[in-house]
Amino acid sequence: MQEEHVVAEKVSPYNLKIPMGYTENELAQDLQNQEYKFGFTTNIESDQAPKGLNESIIRFISAKKEEPEWLLEFRLNAFKTWQLMSEPTWAHVHYSKPDFQDIIYYSAPKQKKKYESWDDVEPEMKETMKKLGISMEEQQRLTGTNIAVDFVMDSVSVATSFKEKLAELGIIFCSFSEAVKEYPELVKKYMGTVVPTTDNFYAALNSAVFTDGSFCYIPKGVKCPMELSTYFRINEGGTGQFERTLVVADQGAYVSYLEGCTAPQRDENQLHAAVVELIALDDAEIKYSTVQNWYPGDKDGKGGIFNFVTKRGLCEKNAKISWTQVETGSAVTWKYPSCILKGDHSIGEFYSVAVTNNYQQADTGTKMIHLGKNTKSTIISKGISAGKSHNSYRGLVQIHKNAQNARNFSQCDSLLMSDECGAHTFPYIECKNSSAKIEHEATTSKIGEDQIFYCLQRGISEEKAISLIVNGYCKEVLNQLPMEFAVEAQKLLAISLEGSVG
Amino acid sequence: MIKINDLHASIDGKEILKGLNLEVKAGEVHAIMGPNGAGKSTLASVLAGREEYEITSGSVDFDGKDLLEMSTEDRAREGLFLAFQYPVEIPGVSNINFLRTALNEIREYKGEEQISAKDFMSMVREKSKIVELDAKLASRSVNEGFSGGEKKRNEIFQMAMLDPKLSILDETDSGLDIDALRIVANGVNTLKSSNNATIVITHYQRLLDYIVPDFVHVLYNGRIVKTGPKELALELEEKGYDWIKAEFA
Repeated sequence: MQEEHVVAEKVSPYNLKIPMGYTENELAQDLQNQEYKFGFTTNIESDQAPKGLNESIIRFISAKKEEPEWLLEFRLNAFKTWQLMSEPTWAHVHYSKPDFQDIIYYSAPKQKKKYESWDDVEPEMKETMKKLGISMEEQQRLTGTNIAVDFVMDSVSVATSFKEKLAELGIIFCSFSEAVKEYPELVKKYMGTVVPTTDNFYAALNSAVFTDGSFCYIPKGVKCPMELSTYFRINEGGTGQFERTLVVADQGAYVSYLEGCTAPQRDENQLHAAVVELIALDDAEIKYSTVQNWYPGDKDGKGGIFNFVTKRGLCEKNAKISWTQVETGSAVTWKYPSCILKGDHSIGEFYSVAVTNNYQQADTGTKMIHLGKNTKSTIISKGISAGKSHNSYRGLVQIHKNAQNARNFSQCDSLLMSDECGAHTFPYIECKNSSAKIEHEATTSKIGEDQIFYCLQRGISEEKAISLIVNGYCKEVLNQLPMEFAVEAQKLLAISLEGSVG
Repeated sequence: MIKINDLHASIDGKEILKGLNLEVKAGEVHAIMGPNGAGKSTLASVLAGREEYEITSGSVDFDGKDLLEMSTEDRAREGLFLAFQYPVEIPGVSNINFLRTALNEIREYKGEEQISAKDFMSMVREKSKIVELDAKLASRSVNEGFSGGEKKRNEIFQMAMLDPKLSILDETDSGLDIDALRIVANGVNTLKSSNNATIVITHYQRLLDYIVPDFVHVLYNGRIVKTGPKELALELEEKGYDWIKAEFA
């Protein structure tokens, strides 16, 4: 076990008004409006559970969702486990613990009736999606777009597009609640198999109170022809969001899945505790990309989302799972998308850019568990710390006894943009098989005065210089994202690092 | 082109330039020589606009404009180019992307249209020949993993792409073998015209065999103490700087 602890020193004399711009005009526009632009709330009546958490709340949620008995049992068992657990304290983050009795665990936009089609969706809801840049209406009309979207606001899935088209290929892409009703045997078979209810405090909490999320199943041998995307949104105050995502790629299947997140600007800290489970059966491949932009709190560290998420994938023989994440939001992030490389020749990848600014704190990384023979994993983590933030990489590479010829390559880089921020690296390696090859590289750099001066001397403005340098630094990760997401991610990096060099 | 008048500059309270005067006209090549610590690189840094230096007095007129009032990037956009003694690496940013960003920023400043990808690429092909730069280097990250010679050639390639009015070559010959030196010098000579000017800062006469200056200046103790024709460089090579030091100490 190694531990590195690096705190930034003096960085740059340049006081930038606008730190980095993407080299396109539209970004210049975005930058003029640099407040957290998703901080609005939607005025929609909602159906809520009373505050607090106990068995009857869980029964209430389960009843609301008209769930089968086995799922209620699942929840109640999780709740019992959760009550015996305590919050993890090992992460390098500091915050006042949420009061779990002061949270509303179920909040759903009140629906006059069930959405049968897009036309049934309320105008306010459509407006919200439009502001968030989710143009389902456009998608309904235009052919040739290649993203199917599931929109989850507060606790429920609001709309899913392209369902019919996907159904022709046997692909199931729907809200979790719908999956419970329509495909209970699939849900029952896979749910909780990768992240058991007992896994950790937040996973147990999620298992007890989760309200919705996305479900996706790709049948044997099918390559999903479009990106599947879920957009998560917290709207109501005082609520927590607890969604579950379950993606199953059957033998030889392929899917690329995207997830985006935003929340309104509020003074309170809101809790987001999600569980994501990926299952890649023999020869299957799942690519899971996240652009996380939950409200990070204001400049003084007030408000913001606590993002405590458990994400894990299981690879059977020859299967491959890639996690790509661009994390710019949340007041506190605690998240380790992981791969269990159970099958021989399976591959796990983790590509991450985590940006923290102002008082944000992130403790994020991955776990690569090598069980099968000839398994391979790659970890590329790029942390960017600005303001007074703290950014930690925490990763575990575990090679089990029978994992002959396992290979891992890890690279953890930290970029410091101010003299008051911190970057920390906690890489753990546990190896029980001597045939393993494990490589770990780590660097810490400051955004260089020399680099900025070099750019300036070529006529490049300060903000574009920083954009170039930061995007260059993150390139290996950004390259992993689907095109549409990559552009959005670059813009987000620019906005998140506003005024951050100094 | 540029007129430097009684320039005083200091860093961390220590005065380095102590009343420097220099005038360079369009079409001219000036060499600045001098012993270590004379202020040669400081002059280059001050003209380019490095913020660590404090200008305590004096003026610099650049093509009719007050250079010292301009930001670093505006000086570059007005046509001042510095070939760095130690070119900086920018990992993950391709040379091409870097140059295209620079070129478009300069064009925008001048109110010109952005260059099309097609025109830009043909310009890259044409200009990279001037310094015999491998086309592959154009798509690699800026200076990353370049050899010393490649870095210097890349500086002159950038100079060719940005077409500046005044180029300052800061010890461009340092670390170059004789072949690379010739290539770099040929590049500079090719780019020379009656509309631009070059200041060559160097320790050694060697570079001036290839880039023939109209004037040679000796910088010593923060001032230009001697100016002469190109033969002055040979004299310095032969006699060293001690006689200058003795004369002006």
